[in-house]
Amino acid sequence: MRIQFKTSYEHDIRLFPDWWSFIVYAALIALAVTLPYLLDDFYIGEATNVLIWAIAGLGLMILTGQTGQVSLGHAAFLALGCYSTIILLEAGVPFIIAFPLAGIITGVVGMIIAIPALRMHGVYLAIATIALSILADDIIVLLAPWTNGVSGKFAPTIDLFGFQIERWSQPGRFYYLVLAVTIICTLFYRNLLRSPLGRAFAAVRDSEVSAMAMGINIARTKAVSFGISCAITGLGGALMGFYAGAFNNETFSLVISISLLMMIVIGGLGSIHGAFFGAFVIAFLPQGLSILKDSVGGGSVAIPGLETGVFGMILILFILFEPMGIYGRWMKIRIWFELFPFARKDMFKRQKSYLKTERLR
Amino acid sequence: MPEPAVPATNTEPINGREEDLETLQLFVSGLANGCVYGLIALGFVLIYKATEAVNFAQGDFMMIGAFITLGLTNAGYMGLPFWLAAPLAIAIMGVLGYLLDYLVLRHLFGQSQTAVVILTIAIGFVLRFIAGAIWGHEPQTLESPLAVGDFRFGGVVLGFADVAVIVVTFLLTFFLYQFFHRTKLGLAMQAASQNQMAAYYMGIPVRRVQGLIWGLAGMVAGVAGILFASQGAIDPNVGLIGIKAFAAAVIGGFGSLPGALAGGLIVGVIEPFASRYLPAGYSQIAPYALLLFVLVFRPNGLFSQVRTKKV
Amino acid sequence: MSLLEVKNATLKFGGVVAVNDLSFNVEEGEVYAIVGPNGAGKSTVFNLISRFYDPFAGSIHFDGVNLLDLKPHQIATHGIGRTFQNIELFEQATVLQNLLVGRHRHRKTTMLEELFFTPRVRRAEHENREAVEQVIDFLDLQPYRNKMIAGLPYGVRKVVELGRALASGPRLLLLDEPASGLSVEETQDMRFWIDDIRKEMGITVLMVEHDMGLVSSVCDRVLALADGAKLAEGTPAEVQKNPAVIEAYLGTGAV
Repeated sequence: MRIQFKTSYEHDIRLFPDWWSFIVYAALIALAVTLPYLLDDFYIGEATNVLIWAIAGLGLMILTGQTGQVSLGHAAFLALGCYSTIILLEAGVPFIIAFPLAGIITGVVGMIIAIPALRMHGVYLAIATIALSILADDIIVLLAPWTNGVSGKFAPTIDLFGFQIERWSQPGRFYYLVLAVTIICTLFYRNLLRSPLGRAFAAVRDSEVSAMAMGINIARTKAVSFGISCAITGLGGALMGFYAGAFNNETFSLVISISLLMMIVIGGLGSIHGAFFGAFVIAFLPQGLSILKDSVGGGSVAIPGLETGVFGMILILFILFEPMGIYGRWMKIRIWFELFPFARKDMFKRQKSYLKTERLR
Repeated sequence: MPEPAVPATNTEPINGREEDLETLQLFVSGLANGCVYGLIALGFVLIYKATEAVNFAQGDFMMIGAFITLGLTNAGYMGLPFWLAAPLAIAIMGVLGYLLDYLVLRHLFGQSQTAVVILTIAIGFVLRFIAGAIWGHEPQTLESPLAVGDFRFGGVVLGFADVAVIVVTFLLTFFLYQFFHRTKLGLAMQAASQNQMAAYYMGIPVRRVQGLIWGLAGMVAGVAGILFASQGAIDPNVGLIGIKAFAAAVIGGFGSLPGALAGGLIVGVIEPFASRYLPAGYSQIAPYALLLFVLVFRPNGLFSQVRTKKV
Repeated sequence: MSLLEVKNATLKFGGVVAVNDLSFNVEEGEVYAIVGPNGAGKSTVFNLISRFYDPFAGSIHFDGVNLLDLKPHQIATHGIGRTFQNIELFEQATVLQNLLVGRHRHRKTTMLEELFFTPRVRRAEHENREAVEQVIDFLDLQPYRNKMIAGLPYGVRKVVELGRALASGPRLLLLDEPASGLSVEETQDMRFWIDDIRKEMGITVLMVEHDMGLVSSVCDRVLALADGAKLAEGTPAEVQKNPAVIEAYLGTGAV
């Protein structure tokens, strides 16, 4: 068992709690950096896909996992981030400005949309965001002069300080770009978690009344959470656009919104790890299924709805048997090994809870 | 569309009458569509009343109900007579709803609404996949006696199916309303939703009540499915009209059965008028725009409920 | 001038009068208790001060500031901390994090600084932690520092909630039934803490409590409520002797 001796408050404040975790994460980053030398172009593409989903997932995680607000409309913000990056690039803005600016635009729009949404709770918010996701599709078509409507747009080659980055011809370069964005977003998330704002998010999630009594402005905190969440999701959306190469009004559909939410639930709500675990599942599910199909002799027959169906099945199993997601399972296994052989089964028992309405009538 | 009796360019008064007729036709077919939305919304409200959760798969329930009827009655499948197949399908849907609660949702007992939201969406995905695997993805039509023939009142044409939808929906809403407000079981269901622990202490078998309500919602979805399939072709994705039923339920307020029906009718009537009078791109966003409008300005529906927590 | 002045406060829910023309003052440095039978409107008075409810009529002033001009989240900023009757902690967080949320009213850093975790944020975090550690020492919460609230026993939660209110460094502390559900020993601890909070920290305490033993041992003055209106006010001994209180509280015939 690994015991942490804490000798100063800094132990709980700094980025890595101890040397061991620093080494683990440093090794992980080193592995990520050397990946293009270890894998062929196809798998680098897949790894890039995982990271892009993880960025989008981190964005939604801040809102849903941290602040407790469900959004089934985040595909709209993926789209907004994507379209605004490309439109800015086409207007001649250099990538290094256009990309973060698109994130900020998405964040500000998200915050504005959040203001009316703040009055809604639970189910109503979920429904409103579904409507948002559907409306986004139609709005993109209506804004055809900018968005090119149904025919869609092509992502140009990225020019970053003279480096030409293109997804198909230089998958390695594009991977590094995505990796850098992933690390920055993860750092932002981690910084939030250890500062007052992140705690305010959790407070709003767990009890609005007592958050209010502690001096937290509920409306503003939720709006800020929406803003940060949408900004990060927007960045993910822009990268998704570059990854796909071409996109139109149907690229960022309601199914993408739902998948994103399911992904973070499967990964584990409320943790950074969860976004990454979930991204692995969603990115490798199609591959896994096609391998499975080959092995049972299904060949190349396309079965519509198979991926979403299986994905839904995985989610149902997780909610039933491991509501904390992959991250929760992972923590349990880790604790079991750390305590070996002293772990008891009832250590991980769930508490019984009763639902009590907040509705008075 | 009614057949114009006189060439349209002829005279002013006839033109005016024709426009009236068209308006009436739009209104009536809107009502028929709206009733289907209302039926799905009834399912939302039933489950919301009893469990404080919303079944996001209710639209897919309806789709499954439609396909089960089709599988029982169509000549290509089992070929049972329609009037035998329809009640059988409704019964199967009831069992399906109960089983789904028994096998899946009951294990979520006491967890947040959010978990139920996500879970039911996933169930919808799975149901869509299963329907596709069994009945394929090509649109099919139900061989329903309701699907043939239509009524004509003056110039307004209304299919048998549309009339049946309207009649059945109103009757069903009436009976469910009576059930919740008159019977002991109905009242117990409401109590169970508002405070599970207290309901337990009062001797209400909360879990069983919850299972029954899911069964009931399944049966309502079965009825909706049969009627919807009588109106036109179905494929595994038709459950997505459940999203429009959300609009209906939200407009009516999630706690109210007549509200759900009213909301469904409003959405159903708005649609044909929007597509007739609004420019192309704007017409299909009308129901969602209305939904957002209601959510923003009357966050708890038009028949709103007070929502404060006691500390 | 008193620290807290409630004047002619009235609140109605539908036709029910929850608080009826109630006036009382809490002086700086005292422990003031509100007692009364269930449904007398005690917690409602707290919720009026916390601005969860808007009074129908009347005024509430804290240190000269009209609380009715403030929004609920600004109450803490002005130095009023509180606990809840049915414990409202942040369940999915540790004890330490809960106490740190109590420090929220002292937040001076902006969102941007926190995203980049600038040295200023780091310094502020150290200060917050130090303040919280003092509370942890005071309430003997050391063993629970990194435990999740969701797994803690009731008595500890009650203490954590008190700690969270203390961590905000309030001038006035509102305690809603601090001893309800506690064992005899735990109630004894609570009594010493309330005494120390007043004497060592110089915090004024306004509490709602049923346990007359606790009330008479720590409180300077007591207000007895019935049906939202004032029945009696005075020292614990005076109020306990008041015939109207005895009748309302214990029913007729009891002495």
